[in-house]
Amino acid sequence: MPMPADEIETLIRDGIPDARVEIVDLAGDGDHYEARVISESFRGEPRVKQHQRVYAALGGRMGNELHALKLSTIVPD
Amino acid sequence: MSETRTRIDALVGGNDVVLFMKGTALFPQCGFSSQAVAILDHLGVAFETVDVLQDPEIRQGIKDYSDWPTVPQLYVKGEFVGGSDIMTEMFQAGELQQLLDEKQVAKAV
Repeated sequence: MPMPADEIETLIRDGIPDARVEIVDLAGDGDHYEARVISESFRGEPRVKQHQRVYAALGGRMGNELHALKLSTIVPD
Repeated sequence: MSETRTRIDALVGGNDVVLFMKGTALFPQCGFSSQAVAILDHLGVAFETVDVLQDPEIRQGIKDYSDWPTVPQLYVKGEFVGGSDIMTEMFQAGELQQLLDEKQVAKAV
């Protein structure tokens, strides 16, 4: 079931308030996205933990409504 | 549930490198799983795969076990490494090779 990009962005920002979020609709079908999440709060955290925090912000949608999300977490320079 | 957990413990503890995936190494059933297999093949390590499509209990159980919502999932020497995005990032940065070397994982024969 497709999910609009701005909804993904809003959820991530609600969960990680300082995050800068860039969403790309990879296939133009509202179902295959890439998200780049840039947050100072990731500093010092292992990648698994960073991704888990984004998935937590998405509140169980990942792997369900949100079928394919390629995720990159980035610590700002 | 605890029985599933015990089974996953055995899979994760009994194999140096184990990939929980959709399909098999020869016939992956999902692009992300296919990519994960390609990376491990490229690195030339021996690895075991578990096809979650053949086992609904493991399919749900591994998500709870790792606190991770998607498959594939990679474990090395009992430690959760991540899914296909993290594998790709680590591979591109040379970190996955480094991790496998540090953990002294056996090469594929």
